[in-house]
Amino acid sequence: MDSHTLTPELQEQFETAAQQKEVSTLGMWIFLVTEIMFFGGLFLAYTIYRKEFAGAFELASNTLNVTIGAVNTAVLICSSFTMVLAVRSAQIGSRKALIVFLILTILLGGVFLGVKAYEWDQKFEEHHVPGPTFHLEKATADDQGPAQLFFSLYFTMTGLHALHMAIGEGLMLFLLWHAYKGKYTPAYYTPVDIGGLYWHFVDIIWIYLFPLLYLIARHKQH
Amino acid sequence: MHEHVESIKIYTLVFLSLLILTAATTLVSEIDLGPLNVVAALFIAVVKMLLVALFFMHLRHSTILTKVVVGGGMLWLGILLVLSLADFNTRGWLPVPGK
Amino acid sequence: MITEAVQERETYLNASHGIKSWLLTKDHKRIALLYLHTITFFFFLGGIFATLIRLELLTPKGTLVSADTYSKLFTLHGVIMVFFFLIPSIPATLGNFFLPMMIGAKDLAFPRINLLSWYLLVIGGCFALYAMLAGGVDTGWTFYVPYSSNYSNTYVIATGLGIFIAGFSSILTGLNFIVTVHRMRAPGMTWFRLPLFVWSNYATALIQVLGTPVIAITLVLLICERTLHIGIFDPARGGDPVLFQHLFWFYSHPAVYIMVLPGLGVISELVSVFSKKPVFGYKIVAFSSVAIAVLGFLVWGHHMFVSGQSVYAALVFSFLSYFVAIPSAIKVFNWTATLHGGSISYATPMLYAFGFIGLFTVGGLTGLFVACLGVDVHVHDTYFVIAHFHYIMVGGTIMAYLGGLHYWWPKMSGRMYPEGWAKLSALVIYLGFNLTFFPQFILGYLGMPRRYWNYPDEFQVLHVMSTAGASVLAVGYLMPLIYFMWSLRYGPIAGPNPWGATGLEWQTSSPPPAHNFEETPIVTTEAYDYAALAAMEEAKVG
Repeated sequence: MDSHTLTPELQEQFETAAQQKEVSTLGMWIFLVTEIMFFGGLFLAYTIYRKEFAGAFELASNTLNVTIGAVNTAVLICSSFTMVLAVRSAQIGSRKALIVFLILTILLGGVFLGVKAYEWDQKFEEHHVPGPTFHLEKATADDQGPAQLFFSLYFTMTGLHALHMAIGEGLMLFLLWHAYKGKYTPAYYTPVDIGGLYWHFVDIIWIYLFPLLYLIARHKQH
Repeated sequence: MHEHVESIKIYTLVFLSLLILTAATTLVSEIDLGPLNVVAALFIAVVKMLLVALFFMHLRHSTILTKVVVGGGMLWLGILLVLSLADFNTRGWLPVPGK
Repeated sequence: MITEAVQERETYLNASHGIKSWLLTKDHKRIALLYLHTITFFFFLGGIFATLIRLELLTPKGTLVSADTYSKLFTLHGVIMVFFFLIPSIPATLGNFFLPMMIGAKDLAFPRINLLSWYLLVIGGCFALYAMLAGGVDTGWTFYVPYSSNYSNTYVIATGLGIFIAGFSSILTGLNFIVTVHRMRAPGMTWFRLPLFVWSNYATALIQVLGTPVIAITLVLLICERTLHIGIFDPARGGDPVLFQHLFWFYSHPAVYIMVLPGLGVISELVSVFSKKPVFGYKIVAFSSVAIAVLGFLVWGHHMFVSGQSVYAALVFSFLSYFVAIPSAIKVFNWTATLHGGSISYATPMLYAFGFIGLFTVGGLTGLFVACLGVDVHVHDTYFVIAHFHYIMVGGTIMAYLGGLHYWWPKMSGRMYPEGWAKLSALVIYLGFNLTFFPQFILGYLGMPRRYWNYPDEFQVLHVMSTAGASVLAVGYLMPLIYFMWSLRYGPIAGPNPWGATGLEWQTSSPPPAHNFEETPIVTTEAYDYAALAAMEEAKVG
C-alpha cells in the first residue's frame, strides 16, 4: 500500500502521514520557542525597570482599567476554549462544529482586539503616551521619565501581542475557509492543530502581560 | 503526538479553572501582601500557563522531544533573565562609582 | 569531452530547466546553490569595504576618506560580513546541500520554508544594500545606543530592518535543520552514526533558534527608540544603554558560534577522509559541538567588561568564558589524534584543514587572553580584539568553508577543480592572512584602537604590513572564484567518490539525482568506517 496516496496532502519528503504530522507539530513548537525568546527581551526590560522604578511603575499601572483588563483576559481565555473545541471537532470529524468553533474564536479574538483599541485610545486621551505631550498626574517631576518607560513597555508589549493576535486572526480565517471547503478530516487536520498551538501561545503571553502590566500594587489604589 | 481525543469535560474544567484563576489574581492584587503580591501574581500566571500548555496545547500527551523543546525554551528565557539580572541587581554593591 | 552517458543522466541540475525552476525550487540542493551565489556576492562586497579600510590605514593621517565615511566603511564591512556572509555561509550552502543526503533523507523537513529562508536573506540584503547606496550607516555593526538611537544621521533603520529580515532566514534554517535531524534520518542512521558535520550543523541550528529572536526584538526596540523615542535605552527617561548591550550580545556572542561551529564540523570531515581514519573520540567531538552551543549562551557579558556592567557580573562572565574554550580545545586535540598514524593526503581540502587547525588555535588562545578581565580592560576596543576574531572568522571559518567547498565541489558540480591552482591559492590565502592579521595583534597590544581612521606615526609599519597582506589575501580569494567557474566547463569529470570518503552523499552519483537516492538507504555501518567502505567497494568489483 503506497502511503503516498492515502492522504493527497502527503508531501514527497515524508514516508508516512504520521511522520508529516509529527514533523509539522515539532516545527510549530520550535517556532513557539523562538517566540518565547522574542517576547523575552521585552520581559527582561520590564523586569529591570520595574525593580528600578517601582514607585513610578505603580502610579502608571494604576491608571489602567483593571476591570476592562480582567474582562479582556476572560475573553481571550474563552477564545482558547473555543479553539481547543475546534481542534477536537476536527479530530472527530465534525465539520460543522469545527466551523462554528472557529467562527467563535475569530469573534472573541476580534472582541479582544477591539477592547485593546479602546484602551489604547483612552491612553492617548489621557496623555499617557510617551513623548512631548506625556503627563502623569500624581507623579513627581522626577518620575515622569520612568513613568513614560512603563507606558513604552505597555505599548510595545501589548502592541506586539496585538500584532500576533491579528496574525492569529488571519490564520483562523485561513483555517475557516479550508474547513468550509471540507479539507480537514480526522486523517488530516494538522493545520488546525498547529493553528491552535499558535493561538494558545498568544493567550499564554497575555496571561503574563495582564498581571505584570495591570496589577502592580493595586491595593495602594493611587 | 496526541491522537488521543480529550474529553469536553476536561476542557471545560480547565476553562473554568482559568477563569477562576483570573478572578483570583485580580482580587488578590487588591490585598496588601507586600513583596508576596508579585509572588502570588506570578505563581497564578504560571499555573494558568501550565493549564493551557498541558491541556489545551496537549503537552501532557506529547512526545518527550516536545517536552524537552518547551522546557528548553523556558530555560533559555531563564538564562536571559538571570544572567542579565546578575548585572543589574549587583550594581552599586562595590563602593566604587560606576561599578 | 563530456561523455554522452553523463549528458543523458538525470541530475538535480538538469532535472528541470528555466529560471522559474530555480526560483521556485523545493530541492535543497538547488536552494544551496542559490545561497552560494548570494553569499559569494556579499563576501566580495564585504571584501571591497575591507579593501577600502586597509587602503585608508596605509597612512597615519586621513587620506582617502573622511572620518565619517571611514565609520561607514567599517560598519558596512562588519554588517555585510557577519549577517549576510558568515552566518548563512556553511549551513545555508554546504549544510543545505549535504545534511539531508548525509542522513539519508530525500529533502529537509520543510522544503518550502527552506526556499523562503533564501528569499528572506535576499530581501534583507536588499534593505542593507539600499541603506548602503542611500548613504550608509556609521554606528559600527554593534549599533550601540545612544549613538545609533539618538545621534546618528545615517540609515540605521533600513540596515536594522535588513538584519531583522535576514535573522528570520537564519531562524527558519535552524528550525528546519533541527526537525530534519530529529525526524528524517534513514533507517539505521542512529544519532551516533551521523557524520560530525551533521552534529555541528545541528548544534548551530540550536543557537540560531534560541538566540536570533533576541537580536530581532533588540532591533525592533532600537527602531522604536529611533522613531518613536520610547526612551527604553535613554538615560534622560531612566532608560539604560547597557540594557541594549545585554540584549545585543545575548545573540551576538552565540552568533560567533553560529559562524564557527559549522566550520568545525567541516574540519572533522576533512581530517578524517584525508587521513583515512575515523575521527578520534567521535562521541566526545559530537558532544563538544552541543557543549559549545550551550556554553556559548552563558558568556556574552565578556563583550561588556568596560561598558558599565557591575563588577560581579563581569567576574561571572569572565569565569564562564574560560569554559567555552574547553570543547573547542577538545576538538583540536581529537583532530590531532586522528591525524596520528593516519595515511595523510595533502589534497587542497586538507591544506585548508591544516591551516584552520593552526589559525583557529591562535584565535582560540587569544580568546582566553581577552576573557581575562584584567587583560581585556587594556585590549578591549583595540586591534588585538580585531585580530582575535579575524583569526577565528577568516583563519577559521572562511578556511573551513573553502576547504569544504573544494571537498564537496566534485559532488555538487560533477567536475574536479584544478588541483595545482587550488593548492597555490590555499598557500596564497594562508600567507596573505597571516601577513594581514598577525601585525594587528601587535598593534592592539601597543594600543592602536579599533574603528580609528588615523593613528600615531609609529604604527605605520605594522599597518603597511597588514595592508600588504590584505592585497595578497584578496588575490588568494579571487583565484578560487575564477577556477571554480572554469572547472564547470573544463574541469575533469568527477566520479561518485573521488576522495574515497565514507558518508551517504558519496554513495550517489556526482552530481546527485534530484531525489538524492534511488532507494532510501538502510544504514548498517558506523560513521567513518573505512574498512566497511573498502569491503563494499571490494564486493562491487568482485
